[in-house]
Amino acid sequence: MEKMINLTINNLPVTVEEGTTILQAARQLNIRIPTLCNHEDLCVAGNCRVCVVEQVGMRTLQASCATPVRENMQILTNSMQVRQARKTIIELLLSEHNADCTKCYKNGKCELQDLANEYRTGNQVYIDLVPLKHYTIDQSSPSILKDDSKCIRCQRCVRTCAELQAVSALSAAYKGSEMKISSFYERPMHEVVCTNCGQCINRCPTGALIEKNYIDEVWDAIYNPTKHVVVQTAPAVRVALGEELGFEPGARVTGKLVAALRRLGFDSVLDTDFTADLTIMEEGTELLTRLKKVLVDGDKNTALPMFTSCSPGWIKFIEHTFPELLPNLSTCKSPQQMFGALAKTWYAQKKGINPKDMVSVSIMPCTAKKFEATRPEMRDSGYQDVDYVLTTRELAIMIKQAGIEFMKLEDEDYDSFMGESTGAAVIFGATGGVMEAALRTAYEIVTGREVPFTNLNITPVRGMEGVREATIKVENVKPEWSFLEGAEVKVAVAHGLANAKQLMTAIRDGKAQYHFVEIMACPGGCLGGGGQPIPTSPAIRQKRAEAIYAEDEGLPIRKSHENPEIVQIYREFLSEPLGHRSHELLHTHYKPRKRY
Amino acid sequence: MEATKLRRVDFVFRPDNTSIDVLRKTLKRDADDIILELIDSGLKGRGGAGFLTGLKWKLAKEAAGDIKYVICNADEGEPGTFKDREILDRVPRRVLTGMAICAHTIGAKEGFIYLRAEYKFLAHKLKAVMAEMNEEFKKLGLDFSVSLRYGSGAYVCGEETALIDSMEGRRGEPRNKPPFPVTAGYLNKPTVVNNVETFVNCCIIANIGADEYKKFGTDNSRGFKLFSVSGDCSKEGVFELELGMTLADFVEEFGDGDTKAVQVGGASGFCVPRKKFKDTIIGFEGIPTGGSMKIFNSTRSMYNVLHNYLEFFEEESCGQCTPCRVGCQQLIKGIEAVKRKEKPAGYLDELVKLAKVMKVASKCGLGQSVGNAFVSIVENFREEIVY
Ligand SMILES: Cc1cc2nc3c(=O)[nH]c(=O)nc-3n(C[C@H](O)[C@H](O)[C@H](O)COP(=O)(O)O)c2cc1C
Ligand code: SF4
Ligand code: SF4
Ligand code: SF4
Ligand code: SF4
Ligand code: FES
Repeated sequence: MEKMINLTINNLPVTVEEGTTILQAARQLNIRIPTLCNHEDLCVAGNCRVCVVEQVGMRTLQASCATPVRENMQILTNSMQVRQARKTIIELLLSEHNADCTKCYKNGKCELQDLANEYRTGNQVYIDLVPLKHYTIDQSSPSILKDDSKCIRCQRCVRTCAELQAVSALSAAYKGSEMKISSFYERPMHEVVCTNCGQCINRCPTGALIEKNYIDEVWDAIYNPTKHVVVQTAPAVRVALGEELGFEPGARVTGKLVAALRRLGFDSVLDTDFTADLTIMEEGTELLTRLKKVLVDGDKNTALPMFTSCSPGWIKFIEHTFPELLPNLSTCKSPQQMFGALAKTWYAQKKGINPKDMVSVSIMPCTAKKFEATRPEMRDSGYQDVDYVLTTRELAIMIKQAGIEFMKLEDEDYDSFMGESTGAAVIFGATGGVMEAALRTAYEIVTGREVPFTNLNITPVRGMEGVREATIKVENVKPEWSFLEGAEVKVAVAHGLANAKQLMTAIRDGKAQYHFVEIMACPGGCLGGGGQPIPTSPAIRQKRAEAIYAEDEGLPIRKSHENPEIVQIYREFLSEPLGHRSHELLHTHYKPRKRY
Repeated sequence: MEATKLRRVDFVFRPDNTSIDVLRKTLKRDADDIILELIDSGLKGRGGAGFLTGLKWKLAKEAAGDIKYVICNADEGEPGTFKDREILDRVPRRVLTGMAICAHTIGAKEGFIYLRAEYKFLAHKLKAVMAEMNEEFKKLGLDFSVSLRYGSGAYVCGEETALIDSMEGRRGEPRNKPPFPVTAGYLNKPTVVNNVETFVNCCIIANIGADEYKKFGTDNSRGFKLFSVSGDCSKEGVFELELGMTLADFVEEFGDGDTKAVQVGGASGFCVPRKKFKDTIIGFEGIPTGGSMKIFNSTRSMYNVLHNYLEFFEEESCGQCTPCRVGCQQLIKGIEAVKRKEKPAGYLDELVKLAKVMKVASKCGLGQSVGNAFVSIVENFREEIVY
């Protein structure tokens, strides 16, 4: 039992566990104290000071987010002194801030704007400092736009990048009035170690860090009568889009998503889930092939463990940080890029569309995929395989712009083909999902039986623990896999690059042995991706995860190899996993990048 | 409160041939006994904040954990302060003895001197003395050694938690308190951070005893203190004076006959105008100072004085918290605008309100003290700011 502390807040008594902050204690009393720098996912900064409260008897105000409760504290959250200080602080922030809200991407979705609104800071007393500053806007990254004139220096991004992602592409630089959030030696974002994961965007309270948006480009393509616009939607989008459009977190809106995309005018509404299933076929086969090469042929050049390669934030991270482990990376492209390559080849062929006239759009929970689409490796169809990547948030904006009443839409189904999906593909959206999907298929290839878990739910690889491990014993295998008889396949899962870094360090130093490792750059996996609705928190991500697993259970087919369209594409086009065409279109290799 | 008469004393800079004996004698004493005597002596930190040194040591001693640290704050960045430099140059053994007594008291094995970057020229000599003293500690059976760390030139790194951040290799930014360094300091271990002069005073108290020490100063401000005197003065330099004199006495002794104001305590201190000299006691009952005493005569423009201080703060704020980072900019731009008549004189009242918010809402002592100079100068020399 924790020690309990008694205090009063605005004269109301409350008893809370020792270690609770004043802010948390106030929430228990349903008293809201405004915050800006504070974020549930991050360590306490205590730097914006909008959360200050009065502690009776103290000379100074206390930052409620950073101050633990003490016995008999008397806290006032709305005294004259507090109100005046809070209003002054908001006004000070605004005096440094390029507050052109109506031209700002975050208009209506901005924590600073909300506060300014709440405090009616209409007539500024202070001098406008913006004309005296030399704020820069960095548009160099294909994923992220960094506008210093909107930055309130709360350092949420700095903490995100360091604590959750262990990348530290952003840090506080200079001091005093010059203090700013900077990349390494102020190099443009596309030249630094930034992985484009977008986690900083998810936590930036203002418009200082936003996704590079391609909304107008996509509208232009839709309006262009000579273009056939194909759209694909990633698994995690369907459990999050609702949050932007009136639903509670955890709502599954797959059918409405499809209906909305049709109404927006996309010509083919397809599903990335299809290539998620394809990834399982290719990656699962690759894993088995690698195991065979190492265990049977004694091949020294084949690297184990094999790492998943569907998360482009993770790919850029390993290129920069663990280039020596690149041979361990599966050669599979991400489902988005497999889809892109097939859309402009197989799909175009079958539909009789000239790939030159095709525009390929993807709706992703992810900002790193914007960067990925521009990689030189991703032009195997002879064109840029994916033309535009929109985040869940951008799609929501388009839906609103089009005047679609999302909540009232009737559910619709994806087009066929490249629209069929299994439960295995859906769970790609959650950390551990790729692992689970791969095991469902690989185990069955090897043994001819379903994975030995109740209802196909491989629970040891599920959950929100940063790094998870599991061992699966393989017995009574088919004759052609006899070398795996009795083998214990060891797997590990990590999400968030800080956890990935920890796991990679252990693997590199020989301190941990596995056969197969799944890494997702974002906390919670894609469902917590950098393109997902804001805000994010552990509770919200948990809700999305529950929705993903519910979607999986609700689908009639839950194993990738049983997807009829997968069977069809191997029959008609690819012949076999890791075959000649697969190599051409679905696989690639990555090269080391420098840290600086 | 009774003021003392201005009296020069000579404890700190006395030729140092007793330190080792003092240490030998003190190491035989019980830690609690040392703490009691230190609390009894009434010694308050000489770095500016004025926390009871004995209490600080007590908290660090009682903090859980086997690993503890002693840090000597030699960052001396307050404008107009140069007494720590003098101490480290002339009587470094006293400082190290004070640190060793602290280590013995709280149970620390490692100590650091955090030296202001501009004082690197002292390093060579200091290192030699440290090596010699580390040997002495060993001989006396004290498992403690001191090493040197350099500051990076930022004023804010003199703030104890920013100092610790900087020692840990991070950007020096003041931390949230609590936890205080005495429970979670360097590498999250209990840590005592004291000013150079504070450690010397600990050494002196161990030598002469609390009863003797208490004979100096007032109830609230025990002992004596080094003053760094500069500006329009008859004599400038470092002077050791009993605490508790009036500013009038001080100006009588050090002024040039035409003193208009004294800035007590450096940029983060208060500006006292001539008419208040008599009623101002230098000490914790009046206006405390980390040592800086800057004297201004009638030729000085208080606008320029204030502008200088604000420039200093605008640049030296670490920039992390809103009231300090933006407040400093607004204060300086504000008085400029008033001077240029772009804002009415009444805008100064708005700025005074702002300065008061900075005082209560800033994260650390830097932002909290900007208002001291600002309000005291604006309130006492308003015409000079406006016209
Ligand atoms: C901005 C700022 C700068 C400071 N600079 C110094 C300094 O240079 N030297 C110092 O001893 N204390 C400085 N302090 C005070 C320290 O934070 C701390 O209180 C002191 O080192 C404790 O020692 P003491 O109790 O012996 O005074 C500074 C405080 C602030 C807020
Ligand atoms: S960041 Fe927020 S407050 Fe600033 S301009 Fe954009 S919407 Fe307005
Ligand atoms: S996108 Fe990711 S890696 Fe890049 S700065 Fe933001 S958090 Fe760091
Ligand atoms: S970029 Fe955003 S998250 Fe980062 S400090 Fe600025 S406002 Fe805060
Ligand atoms: S008060 Fe100033 S120096 Fe202190 S933390 Fe805030 S910005 Fe930094
Ligand atoms: S929310 Fe508490 S200081 Fe920013």
